[in-house]
Amino acid sequence: MSRLERKSETKMVPVPSHSIVPERDVNKAPILECSHLGIDFGGLTAVNDFNLTVGRTEIAGLIGPNGAGKTTVFNLLTKVYQPTRGTILVDGKDTHGMNTVQVNRAGIARTFQNIRLFDKLSVEDNVKIGLHNQIKYPMWSGIFRLPGYWKKEKLAHESAMELLHIFGMEDLANHRAGSLPYGAQRRLEIVRALASNPSLLLLDEPAAGMNPSETADLMENILKIRDTFHIAIMLIEHDMSLVMGICEGICVLNFGEIIAKGTPSEIQNNPKVIEAYLGSQKKEG
Amino acid sequence: MTKLRHMKKSTRTSFFTYGLVIVAFLIIQILRGTVGIGSLLEGQLIPICAYIVMAVSLNLVVGISGELSLGHAGFMSVGAFAGCAMANGLQNLVPSEPLRLVIAILFGALMAALAGFLIGIPVLRLNGDYLAIVTLAFGEIIKTILTNLYIGVDANGLQASFVNDTTDLAEGGIALIKGPMGVSNTSARISTFVAGFILVMVALIVVFNLVNSRAGRAIMATRDNRIAAESVGISVTKYKLMAFTVSAALAGAAGTLYGCSQITFSANKFDFNTSILILVFVVLGGLGNMWGSVIAATALTILPEALRQFSDYRMLVYAIVLILVMLATNSPAIRSFFLRIVRGGRNEDGPSRSAKKEAAK
Repeated sequence: MSRLERKSETKMVPVPSHSIVPERDVNKAPILECSHLGIDFGGLTAVNDFNLTVGRTEIAGLIGPNGAGKTTVFNLLTKVYQPTRGTILVDGKDTHGMNTVQVNRAGIARTFQNIRLFDKLSVEDNVKIGLHNQIKYPMWSGIFRLPGYWKKEKLAHESAMELLHIFGMEDLANHRAGSLPYGAQRRLEIVRALASNPSLLLLDEPAAGMNPSETADLMENILKIRDTFHIAIMLIEHDMSLVMGICEGICVLNFGEIIAKGTPSEIQNNPKVIEAYLGSQKKEG
Repeated sequence: MTKLRHMKKSTRTSFFTYGLVIVAFLIIQILRGTVGIGSLLEGQLIPICAYIVMAVSLNLVVGISGELSLGHAGFMSVGAFAGCAMANGLQNLVPSEPLRLVIAILFGALMAALAGFLIGIPVLRLNGDYLAIVTLAFGEIIKTILTNLYIGVDANGLQASFVNDTTDLAEGGIALIKGPMGVSNTSARISTFVAGFILVMVALIVVFNLVNSRAGRAIMATRDNRIAAESVGISVTKYKLMAFTVSAALAGAAGTLYGCSQITFSANKFDFNTSILILVFVVLGGLGNMWGSVIAATALTILPEALRQFSDYRMLVYAIVLILVMLATNSPAIRSFFLRIVRGGRNEDGPSRSAKKEAAK
């Protein structure tokens, strides 16, 4: 926790799209710009008029009560669902008509609320699958074990180990992913997502099921990932100590609509948020 | 042995399987050279090799790619017809039998791969049971097409007709495919047991090397979790199609090997029952378990011949044995016993207690 106590709140400044980004990112093109994003399921509007700008190295938080549409926003960003309305710009590129695979190549990687690992494969293979589009060689090279195979496999092994090192998981490389304890599975999902070399990492409840000391470690690691890879991270989380501790810009969602955006202290003192999310009497933080 | 333990588990499994096949081949060759193995088994050697290749290739689709295919015999028949027609057509041009067999097998594999690719495009848009039923239908379509196909070659070139035989071959022409009569191998039967053994080894090497490569990991990723695979940029359709096509190519090669070992065969040989039989090999051997497929294919091909002494009750005994073996291999106690033998007495499934504690921190 020591580092977090020392950390003062990042200064957030407005950008032309009426959003705020950290001051250090203001002269760089934002990594993500959503405007008027929305989706209907039949007659139900799950997300409506979602506008958000995420700076190049920002850690952004997406919070809201259960069923507010947070995971739906992630599914829209990664094109698991195609949006009904609005545009998503990733690194300035419109993702209209793209599918999940193309969005990943454009720079978005994610983890899942209900863990989705390749359970039967080893931890190392899970990370190597994440490296799929980073270290490439043709199928023939693999079948006939051509020199390219050995060279690229060695590279993939080294990269996988380097990535696993972030969470100190090198020792688990040969274990089956499905046999890992819960917390380690969550961490492996983050490593796998990082392996696909994203510029925006989406974390869906990364601290779910973790105890306070594990959560504190996770916070350190999220900051470390941002500082090492210089990427933006957007996370959905119910653990307020994590959200308020590391997020620079926070966006609060309720019934599919944004009810507040701002820095952690602004969100904590916003009466609308307190009423809708944190409860009308008690203030958490 | 200590060196073996330091190898990756996948490498050890593949070496074990290669060793198994090589040892079995050597034993049979020595027996054939000395005391003989009996005419019944002698006649079964090439079909056994063909069925092993079929089982291994189907295991790539069912076990590794995770899609149930019920039309695998269709690709075998494409390979058998294309390959044997090629072998018969080339008999004046290429006098060397082994060379002709190699060309025939490559051609059969190519044609089956093409069929697999074309069928895979629509089929792999489906999932689960629907995919299984559609592959069944495509298997039947292939059978019907081949039953109605007439192809002949003479001095004027290739002639083909459909449904009715309108090929009018000049003097010295060869009818390569004769509709319901199928293919008759006009020359000597060119398949040999050695060729069969080599094909089995090639099939195993192709499948093992594919599985332990970037493409193989992508195929298994789409099997284990489609959404997660897409989220890291793996195109699911592409890799399912890749597994399906490679599998069809191997099935085509097996078909040519089988076809060229027969005096004559027709498309009816490769019907739904054959597809199911191959699926039985795969399920009995274990999904994704290649050496299991090898043993299951061998045992279940020999069994009906070995049971000839039961005459009328032969297939009944066969069915009972099949049920008993399925029950036995499905029992956790027996399964863990075999796993212990294969893994050399070590349980590698989960992390050790200390490693788990470390990770939980």
